Amino acid sequence: MPEQFLFAIEVTLNGLMAGVLYALVALGFVLIFKASGIFNYAQGVMALFAALTLVGIMDGQVPFSHLINAIFGTEIHHFGWHVPALLAIILTACVMVLFAWLVQRYIFRHLVNQEPIILFMATIGLAYFLEGVGDLMWGSDIKKLDVGLPQGINEWIDETTFNAFGYGFFIDNLDISATIVAIVLVAALIMFSQYTKQGRALRAVADDHQAALSVGISLNFIWVLVWSIAGFVALVAGIMWGAKSGVQFSLSLIALKALPVLMLGGFTSIPGAIVGGLIIGVGEKLFEFLVGPMIGGATENWFAYVLALIFLVFRPQGLFGEKIIERV
Amino acid sequence: MNDISGGNYTTADGRKIGSTLMEMKNITLRFGGVIAIKDISFDIHEGEIRAIIGPNGAGKSSMLNVVSGFYNPQEGEVWFRGSKRPPMKPYQVAQQGIARTFQNIALFEGMSVLDNVMTGRLTHMKAGLLSQMIWKGKAEKEETENRELVEKIIDFLEIQAIRKTPVGRLPYGLKKRVELARALAAEPKLLLLDEPMAGMNVEEKEDMSRFILDVNDEFGTTIALIEHDMGVVMDLSDRVVVMDYGKKIGDGTPDEVRNNQEVIDAYLGVAHD
Repeated sequence: MPEQFLFAIEVTLNGLMAGVLYALVALGFVLIFKASGIFNYAQGVMALFAALTLVGIMDGQVPFSHLINAIFGTEIHHFGWHVPALLAIILTACVMVLFAWLVQRYIFRHLVNQEPIILFMATIGLAYFLEGVGDLMWGSDIKKLDVGLPQGINEWIDETTFNAFGYGFFIDNLDISATIVAIVLVAALIMFSQYTKQGRALRAVADDHQAALSVGISLNFIWVLVWSIAGFVALVAGIMWGAKSGVQFSLSLIALKALPVLMLGGFTSIPGAIVGGLIIGVGEKLFEFLVGPMIGGATENWFAYVLALIFLVFRPQGLFGEKIIERV
Repeated sequence: MNDISGGNYTTADGRKIGSTLMEMKNITLRFGGVIAIKDISFDIHEGEIRAIIGPNGAGKSSMLNVVSGFYNPQEGEVWFRGSKRPPMKPYQVAQQGIARTFQNIALFEGMSVLDNVMTGRLTHMKAGLLSQMIWKGKAEKEETENRELVEKIIDFLEIQAIRKTPVGRLPYGLKKRVELARALAAEPKLLLLDEPMAGMNVEEKEDMSRFILDVNDEFGTTIALIEHDMGVVMDLSDRVVVMDYGKKIGDGTPDEVRNNQEVIDAYLGVAHD
């Protein structure tokens, strides 16, 4: 097989893995948008905040240490213990549930029945507030996140492909685990929403608030639940991105990459978020590989947006979104 | 059976009417300066079909919304099953066993008829989360029981043919019936119907009337309904409350109400123009 073709396959595979991470962030958007009609601009920052909190808890960092030290003139930074990864993840998940409750109780409960644009503005405010809180709580330095996932080239794939084609594929172990985790997460989410009482209630709320109330569903509970799940999804996304490129504030910018993913997949579809993420991931890697050299590279910065724009023209509801037909 | 206002009697067609299930005491509801309901009291007996009628804007729907917890009245008390009900959210009222339908239909348009009716069972599901996800143990048993009941209701309301159809595609009359099915699935102690026959043609109205009577007869469900079509109500209900401009102007059997001068005035428009 020609070298170039094998190379393209490798790029595609790597694109799929990157797409999984986009899909994870987009998934958080879809969950909240479906259940409450809120486009949550803060989803990316939630991923960042979750990752920061996870690192902070694992390293035994004292939250708000800068603030405390500045006020009391003390010099405390660490509790001096290390929390095992699994326990830290559980604790962080609890923090995200608490965050969900606070957001619902103190922001969105007061904004029920407001225009979507107002809800959107609220989430922008929330995003920057949360970013500030994250900075204040855990500091702004780049942190290394290691939850014990295998990293580096997968030797087995490298060897097998080398023996078969004479060219070894470079696939990162971390990407493989990210994919597996994402598959498990999505499967669990689908099982939850299709088969459980809370999942049914969630779908009911997504469909019609009044009807949901009349069959005994508490909207508040469902909204806290859905923000908690979105928080958990953000945590998973944060772990994966953090493990890959360190926990840093640019992480919140992934949120912007989720936008074209959503335009492609549709804002209300879980499968759409996944397929959209994969298309964007593969698309931008392949485009960079095939066309990039001709036009001077750095196409990954804008390719996704252009693709989304083209999609908007032909299929504004996205691949899996519900077609909006107004009856007149 | 001369005095039926105290309950505990048998109707002419042999249905047993019990004692008071729900009592509204001196309810007043205001929206800012507008008084929607003014000092209204009435009761609902177990097993009866109770109607609230009145011209447009009389406050009927507001009254129903008070009963179902969508509005909380500024004054007055709501008594349900022998105890005073504190101010409640609509979902809490639903969990207490009061199901309702809406004037403008509130269904889950994206779900199938079957799924819609199944949501009526939500308050009866008790199995744990994990058990539900892996479909074993308590959840499996519960789901089977719920499905049986729901299928029975679907048969009863003659909507088997559209079980799997997404509700959004159904015509108006059928949607109304699906909404009734969902409310029935909750096995309510009290069923509230907000203009169940609004916007229907004669044939559909006849079907709906038959279903309401059958539900009451077969399941013994207590029903409170709102209508402004006098004819339908008089045939259906055991007792009727008449409202006009937020006040109660009549209460009694259909015959009593029909001969009430104030009611005649309200309906013939003496007071209005």
